[in-house]
Amino acid sequence: MLTCKDFLHELSDYLDQSLDADIRTKLESHISECPNCWVIADTTRKTIQIYKGMDPYPVPADVQSRLMQALERKIAAKQKE
Amino acid sequence: MKNRPMTAPSLAEADEATLVAQSREGDGRAFGELVRRYESKIFRLAQHVTQNREDAEDVLQETFLKAYEHLDQFQGAAKFYTWIVRIAVNQALMKLRRRRTDRSVSLDEAIDTGEDTIVREVAAWDENPEQRFSRAEFGQILDEAIQGLEPPYRSVFVLRDIDELSTEETADALDLSIPAVKSRLLRARLQLREKLTRHFKRKGDDAFAYL
Repeated sequence: MLTCKDFLHELSDYLDQSLDADIRTKLESHISECPNCWVIADTTRKTIQIYKGMDPYPVPADVQSRLMQALERKIAAKQKE
Repeated sequence: MKNRPMTAPSLAEADEATLVAQSREGDGRAFGELVRRYESKIFRLAQHVTQNREDAEDVLQETFLKAYEHLDQFQGAAKFYTWIVRIAVNQALMKLRRRRTDRSVSLDEAIDTGEDTIVREVAAWDENPEQRFSRAEFGQILDEAIQGLEPPYRSVFVLRDIDELSTEETADALDLSIPAVKSRLLRARLQLREKLTRHFKRKGDDAFAYL
């Protein structure tokens, strides 16, 4: 029988769906009977989903223009070598 | 009917390997396109690791300058993005070390090797927790939760779950073993779940101790 600790240990792979069918079946049977582990799996899945939807940070125009100027200097210096 | 004239694909459509090859030959425009593709992701990663806006701006610039300088060391087998992530993480950790002169900082810092997995609160969430908050408040809750993670967990979580790199790519970028990436990811996810539960739990549900 799987314990809650065993379940937690496999939680990441379970949520990433990267487990073999036999262990997956065991985990699914555990959460169908253990409300605590069901809640943990559900709220961890939601945590991952929320962060997946985060947008990248736009680079401010002044930071971008400094980056491009520094690169141009670097490229020019390399071409002289 | 005449065939349409063949036109060279625009830089924006060019594949990564072509852009890297052109950049190696000194094509600054090709390298500029690589910068454009990845700058916002590198900027986000730098902000998450350094937790400091000014340092993140420096890291962004240093990462792409170093990448250009050392392009000949890039092995085509890895993705270009994984390679620059590795440069960015190293630059960001150097910034952290400079700021915290009293102790060294590395990706191995504060790793608790104990078996315990942190689960203190178990409570179901609202169906749509974001509806309880303004967009700005919601974003702040997410940012603060990530900032509360130790750097070794934060870097793994950002690469795996926000940037959606594979376990192997994350291990490669951070110079970690695959089991180390997996165990840090699990702990990061559980810690974030714990922090978010404080904000998102369904009203009236009492949290109770677990494990």
